[in-house]
Amino acid sequence: MSDLPKYNELPPGGIIPEPATSLKYYTGDWRVERPVIDQDKCVRCRLCWVYCPDNAIREVDEEYTTSKGKTYKITYIVNYDYCKGCGICAQECPVNAIKMVPETVEESGGGEK
Amino acid sequence: MTLAVKEEIRKGLRKPMPMSTNTAIATAARDLDVDVVSAYPITPQTTVVEKIAEYIADGQLDAEMIHVESEHSALSAAIGAAVTGARSFTATASQGLALMHEILHIASGGRVPVVMSVATRALSAPISIWNDHSDVMNARDSGWIIAFVSSAQEAYDTVIQAFRVAEDPDVLLPFMVVYDGYLMSHTMEPVITEDREKVLAYAPKRDYPHKLDPKNPLTIGTITDPNWYYEFKYQQVEAMKIALEKFREADREFGKVFGRNYGVLECVHCEDADAIVVANTSYATTLKYIIRDVREQGMKVGLLKMKLYRPFPVEEFLKATSSVDTVLVVDRAISYGAPVQGPLASEINALYHSRGLDTKVVSVVAGIGQRAFKDDDAKYMFKLALESRKAVPEETIFYGVRK
Repeated sequence: MSDLPKYNELPPGGIIPEPATSLKYYTGDWRVERPVIDQDKCVRCRLCWVYCPDNAIREVDEEYTTSKGKTYKITYIVNYDYCKGCGICAQECPVNAIKMVPETVEESGGGEK
Repeated sequence: MTLAVKEEIRKGLRKPMPMSTNTAIATAARDLDVDVVSAYPITPQTTVVEKIAEYIADGQLDAEMIHVESEHSALSAAIGAAVTGARSFTATASQGLALMHEILHIASGGRVPVVMSVATRALSAPISIWNDHSDVMNARDSGWIIAFVSSAQEAYDTVIQAFRVAEDPDVLLPFMVVYDGYLMSHTMEPVITEDREKVLAYAPKRDYPHKLDPKNPLTIGTITDPNWYYEFKYQQVEAMKIALEKFREADREFGKVFGRNYGVLECVHCEDADAIVVANTSYATTLKYIIRDVREQGMKVGLLKMKLYRPFPVEEFLKATSSVDTVLVVDRAISYGAPVQGPLASEINALYHSRGLDTKVVSVVAGIGQRAFKDDDAKYMFKLALESRKAVPEETIFYGVRK
């Protein structure tokens, strides 16, 4: 909190004087549960990317080879800066590759931080 | 009014015109060259916007008159116009002000310098179209600058001051000019009006610093989470302090330019008084008229006319009442069930205690629903103020009620 601007460093009345400031607003801290993608289970169908209301699923050019030896050219990761933890991706995933994990539990998984 | 102005009137160089306070306010809006007026009729305000419509129809004012479907919309439209940089004005009373309540906070929180006149009137139920201050006292914590005026001339002058202060880029707060419905709104008094050039030189239209402009997009009315909201509310606290300074300055300057000013409050015979009566709007005028008589009868009383109410002129108030041990506050609204049931008396009581002073406060509620308050009642207030020095009534006095 202490590194946030003081009252007199903000424009009056909550006016936002320039466009595209939502990028500066890290809605990721609203999250109660975080989606964790099991890259081994993921079939790269892109549905999580389609459904995410915050464009917080990113499709990156990163190769991944599953334990069964299948190689994908792309990987889906979660941008936790903006993911609000709504769980739609986990709900829509046809192969149940996304798990919602309470924020307090340490768990490694796909995504960027 | 300065002697110079009185002399000009005597010589016939300036001619006061008979006007009701409603007409005086509409005329001030005309002379300020307002750009947008949103209007919804409500008694006893209606003739303000009617008169403005007349000025527009007669070609005396080039403004957009928006006929809206409610007071909620009236203030919303005025805000919408103001954020495009237009000089915006509206007027209301009673139920209208109550219906605006939500939007009052949007104007102040959004820092939109709308100016509005309020012809005070009682609130339903039961229905009363007559005067008291229930409406404005419900709006006192809405973050608006609030000034009470006591004559048609003061109303005209204060609307002009209001635009200067509200639109100041260091202030940017909405401003309410408050007067008594019927007792002032519909009674005639002589009023001197000023040339538009002179008025606009005193209160020039300024560029609203955050105006809506497609070329420079910005967002108004954002959502702020717990990390942000508080800072914007504190901005309003600080803006009120600046508003007090700017109002003092605007009033002094008004005196220099036009030869009339009123201060943030006015004191009559306060210097050597034993007790002071505090009142506002037309009651202050009635008490001022009667104080000569009671002083002649040897009653050492003073009168303090509250003008600026928000921000409260704390320093001036304490200085003006520093020589007395008792003040009697006449309220025209009821704070039901409160420890002190007159809202103004309650605040003044708190002020003394917060400063470690033991000045006694007598709380009197009068004029509810325009229960008559005449010369004899005014006299009685002064008498009661003096008598209360010996023993202050513990509870609020509901003056004039049948019980």
